Amino acid sequence: MMRFELSDACIDASALSRALADAGAGACVTFEGWVRNKNAGRAVHRLDYQAYGALAAKEGEAILAEARDKFPIIDARCVHRVGSLAIGELAVWVGISAAHRDAAFAATRFVIDEVKKRVPIWKNEHYADGESGWLHPDNTPVAT
Amino acid sequence: MNYRILYFASLRDAAGRDAESVASDTHDARELYAQRQREHGFVLAADRLRVAVNGEFAAWNRPLADGDEIAFLPPVSGG
Repeated sequence: MMRFELSDACIDASALSRALADAGAGACVTFEGWVRNKNAGRAVHRLDYQAYGALAAKEGEAILAEARDKFPIIDARCVHRVGSLAIGELAVWVGISAAHRDAAFAATRFVIDEVKKRVPIWKNEHYADGESGWLHPDNTPVAT
Repeated sequence: MNYRILYFASLRDAAGRDAESVASDTHDARELYAQRQREHGFVLAADRLRVAVNGEFAAWNRPLADGDEIAFLPPVSGG
């Protein structure tokens, strides 16, 4: 089963949460990354996400497998958008179910941090002044 | 050797294409990047990139084989 997905359509967070349901789960923690209207003081109009699909899927699955090895959780899922996104849209969703909340919180943090660090996805910000630019993981611009 | 090369993000913009097939005499990924850099004027140094071969992350010193698909990956910025 694929637990990590790239999606070019809107993410349905409530459907994804329901899919984590498990009789043994006492906790479900989800994280939503939203498109923000500002970065490093500049007004942002929209974002484009580009991915190396085949490798992103593999690396995303590897991160979720690591989360299941590292933390006592029941399930781990992640969906990341690709394509053009407007301000306020859901860009990335992480959901973890576990017997107890400590593991669910810790695994959620682990997954989103590793996804941002390792999965071959790139963000191109389009600014209000008409410029655009690819970003680094720390949200500083790639030098051109 | 003939290679298929994939480009993403700022490298895709600089190359003006998402992929290309190239003939090269090198088996070395760093040298192959240097050749493409001269062709397309890439600003990013190889030290800033990761390399993937045939859909897997690879070490820069992994020898390339005829027909390999190579991706030079700029620093990622998902999330």
